[in-house]
Amino acid sequence: MASTPHDADTLSQTFDLLVIGGGNAALCAAMTAQAAGARVLLLESAPIEFRGGNSRHTRNLRYMHERGNDHLTGPYLEDEFWDDLNRVTGGQTNEELARVTIRQSNNVGEWMTLHGVNFQPAMRGTLHLARTNGFFLGGGKALINAYYRTAAKLGVRILYDAEVTDLEIQDGLFKSATFVSRGLTQKVRTKAVVLASGGFQANLDWLKEYWGPPADNFIIRGTPYNKGRMLRVLLDQGAKPVGDPRQCHAVAIDARAPKFDGGIVTRLDCVPFGIVVNKEARRFYDEGEEFWPKRYAIWGRLVAQQPDQIAYAVIDSKSIDLFMPSVFPPIEAASIEEMAAKMELDPAALKETVAAFNGAVRPGRFDSNDLDDCTTVGLEPAKSHWARPLDRPPYYGYPLRPGITFTYLGVTVNDRAQVILQDDRPAANIFAAGEIMAGNILGKGYMAGFGMTIGTVFGRIAGKEAARHVLS
Amino acid sequence: MSSPEMLKEADRVMVICNSCRYCEGFCAVFPAMERRRTFTAHDLKYLANLCHNCRDCYYACQYAPPHEFDVNVPKTLAELRLETYREFTWPGVFKGLFRQNGLAVALVTTLSVLLVLLLTFLSKGPAAVFAIHSGENAFYQIISYWAIVIPLSALGLFVLTTLLKGIANFWRETGGTPGELFSPQANAQAIWDVLQLKYLDGGGHGCNYPDDRFSFIRKWFHHFVFYGFILCFISTTIAAIYDHFLHWPAPYPFWSWPVVLGTMGGVALLIGTVGLLVLKLKMDPSPAAPRAFSMDIAFLSLLFLTSLTGLLLLVFRETGAMGILLAVHLGIVVGLFITMPYGKFIHAAYRYAALARNANEKLAEDRLAVDPTQNKA
Repeated sequence: MASTPHDADTLSQTFDLLVIGGGNAALCAAMTAQAAGARVLLLESAPIEFRGGNSRHTRNLRYMHERGNDHLTGPYLEDEFWDDLNRVTGGQTNEELARVTIRQSNNVGEWMTLHGVNFQPAMRGTLHLARTNGFFLGGGKALINAYYRTAAKLGVRILYDAEVTDLEIQDGLFKSATFVSRGLTQKVRTKAVVLASGGFQANLDWLKEYWGPPADNFIIRGTPYNKGRMLRVLLDQGAKPVGDPRQCHAVAIDARAPKFDGGIVTRLDCVPFGIVVNKEARRFYDEGEEFWPKRYAIWGRLVAQQPDQIAYAVIDSKSIDLFMPSVFPPIEAASIEEMAAKMELDPAALKETVAAFNGAVRPGRFDSNDLDDCTTVGLEPAKSHWARPLDRPPYYGYPLRPGITFTYLGVTVNDRAQVILQDDRPAANIFAAGEIMAGNILGKGYMAGFGMTIGTVFGRIAGKEAARHVLS
Repeated sequence: MSSPEMLKEADRVMVICNSCRYCEGFCAVFPAMERRRTFTAHDLKYLANLCHNCRDCYYACQYAPPHEFDVNVPKTLAELRLETYREFTWPGVFKGLFRQNGLAVALVTTLSVLLVLLLTFLSKGPAAVFAIHSGENAFYQIISYWAIVIPLSALGLFVLTTLLKGIANFWRETGGTPGELFSPQANAQAIWDVLQLKYLDGGGHGCNYPDDRFSFIRKWFHHFVFYGFILCFISTTIAAIYDHFLHWPAPYPFWSWPVVLGTMGGVALLIGTVGLLVLKLKMDPSPAAPRAFSMDIAFLSLLFLTSLTGLLLLVFRETGAMGILLAVHLGIVVGLFITMPYGKFIHAAYRYAALARNANEKLAEDRLAVDPTQNKA
C-alpha cells in the first residue's frame, strides 16, 4: 500500500475539515473538499488492510445517464430511476433528497473515472444490471484503492487505526473530535466535520436492543468496523433521527459464513429451486414467489423469525447447476433421511415435509429464466413457481442464517448534507454522507448499487458544502 | 508444500473466487474459472499456467490476507505453476534442475563457459586466442566451424524437442484433445494473445506491478525481452542460412541483416532484462511465489549476459579480445540452451499452451447456448 499509516507530522498540522470514516462517501467528501481548497484530515477506524468500510464489498453503482457508454448499455433517466426507488421503498423516501440524489448522479461515472475508478465493460455475466449500473473493474476494493490514491495525491491526510470516540458539539456547532489511535487518545479541532462513518450493523449489542437474543445469531456481511459510534454520539447530542431503528437489510446467507466480513461469497441463490425448512423441518414461506434478486432480501427476515434463526434449503441434483456457486460446499446426501441426519433435523419430519411437497407439485413447464407454471396445489405455504419434486438424488442442502447488510437508522440531513437537529435547525458545520444518512432516501428495501449512489452524491455535496463553510 | 496440498489450496481459492467473480474483468483466468463449478487437478494446472501474475486481482481482493479467507490468487497459482513446470518437463531425470534453479543455472553456465574456454585454449593455443583476426572466417580461427555448428544445433534441437514435449505433456495433463491442440482458430488467437501480451493489460489499465498502482511498465519491458529474443532468433537463423547454404561465413559486416537484427535484438534484451530485474527487486513480494524468485533472476541474468557478451563481441571483434569474448559468449549461449527447458524460459511453452486451451474453450462456449448460471450483483 502506498501511504504510510501513521505520519508523525500529520497531527502537528492544522486542518480545516475533519472527515470521519474511510469508505466511499468519506473519500468522495474528502477529495471534493480538498480539491476545493480545504485542508482535510480523514480518520479511518480500520487498519489499512481493511480500510473502506462496506464499500470494500460492493461491486457497482447505479447512476442516471441519458445514453450508454463503454460500461453501460442504455439510457436510465430520472423518471425510471425514481419509479424504481419508489417501488423498493414503498414510498418511504424523502422525495426532495431522493431527487437530488438521482439528478446529481447524472453521469457521475465520468467524475469517478477522473478520480481513478475503472469500470468493467458491460459483459456476459451481468447483463441484467448493465443498463442501469456501472460495475467497478475488480469490485469495491479496487475503487477504494483508487480513491485513497487520488485523495492522497490531492493532499488529503489520512490516518488509519484512528477511531473517533466523541464529538464536542456546542449549540449545534461542531468544535472538536476525540479519537484513539495506537492506544493514544487525541483531540482534533477543525472548522467543520463530515460524518461518513456508516451504520451500526456490526454493533451486536445495539442490534440486540431492537432484536433481542436472536441478534446473537445474525451474521454481519460487511466490515466489523461499522459500530455506529458516531451515529450514537450524534443522536445523543441532538441530531434528529431518521429511519426505523428496528429495520435492517437482512438477506439469507450460508450459516457457515464468518461472523463478520464474509461479503458476497456467502450468498445463496438456491432457494427458488427447492424448499426451505426450519429446524422443525417445516416449510414456512413460498420459495418460488418471485425471481431471486427480488426476493433475496426478504429471506433474511424470514429466517430471523424462525426458531434459533436457522433454516435449511434443500434441492436435488436437477437444480445444482442452476444458480451461482457459493463458497461452502453443499451438504450432500443420498436420501432425505440422510440429509435430515446431516442437518440434525428429525428425519421423519423432513421426509413428511418433502413428501407433502412432492405430492402437491403439478407437472408443468420448468423455466429458470421466467415465472414458469411449475407450481403446487393445495399446499400451505404454496410454492408458486419452479416447483419440481425433490426426487433425484443426490440431494443438496445449505444451512441459512440472517445476514445483515446495513441498518436504516440514521441522522436527518438537508439537501446541503447538513445534519438536522431536534428543533429542525440545520447544524451549520456538521455534515453527513453515506450509510449514516442513507435512511433519508432509502427508508426501506434495497436496490443494487444505490447505497454507493447515495454515498457518492452526498459525499460530494458534503465535501463541497463543508469546504464552502470552512473557506468562507 | 507438497503437490496435493498445493492443489487443495488452489481449489480452495478458486472456489472462493468463483462465488465472488468481482475480478472477471481482469484477465482470462476468471472467465475460464467461471466455466467450471468444481475444479479438477487438470483445471487447476491449466488455470495456474493461464495466470500471468499481473496481480490486479490480489490488490482488488476483499478476501486478501489478513482477511480470514486468505485469498492470494497470484501467489497460489504461481506456486502451483512452478510445480507444473517440474511435472511436465522432459526428460524426467532433469526435474531436479527446477529446485534451487538459480544455483543450477549459475553452475551450468559457469561450467559451460569454463569448458568452452578450456577447449578453445587447448585446441588453438593462447597465441591464436589472443591474436587479432579479421575478415572471412575470423571466428573459426578461434573455434572451428564444426565445433560451433554441431553442439549448438544439437542443443537447439534438444530445446525444441523439450518444448514440444512439454506442450504435449501439458495438453494431455490438462485434459485437452489433440484436435484442439491443432485448431487453427485457437492457435491464431493464442499467437495474437502472445504477441500483444494481452493479459498483462489487466482489464485494460495494466498490471499492479511492481506495486498496487496500475502500470504498463512490466508489459513494456517484457515486450523488449520477447521481441529482442525474436530478433536475435531471426538474426541467428539468417546467419545460419548465409553460412551453411549461401557459403557466406561469419562475421558479417555491420550493415548486414544478421548484425543489424542481432544488435537491435541484443539492445532490446539488455533494456528488457534490466528493466524486469529492477522491477523484480522492487516488487511487492506478497503476491509472488518465493521459490520463483531465483529462477526468474537466473533466467533474466542469463539473457542479459548473452546479449551483453554478444554486443561486446560485435564491438571488439577486430581486437585481440575477440577470442576470449567469442568463447565466453558461446559458453553462455551453451549454458542458456542447456538450462532453457529447466528454468523460466519454459513458461513460454506452457503459457502458450494455456492460451491455446483458453481460446479453444472460448470457441466452444461461443458455439453453446447462454450460460444458465448468470452472474448476479
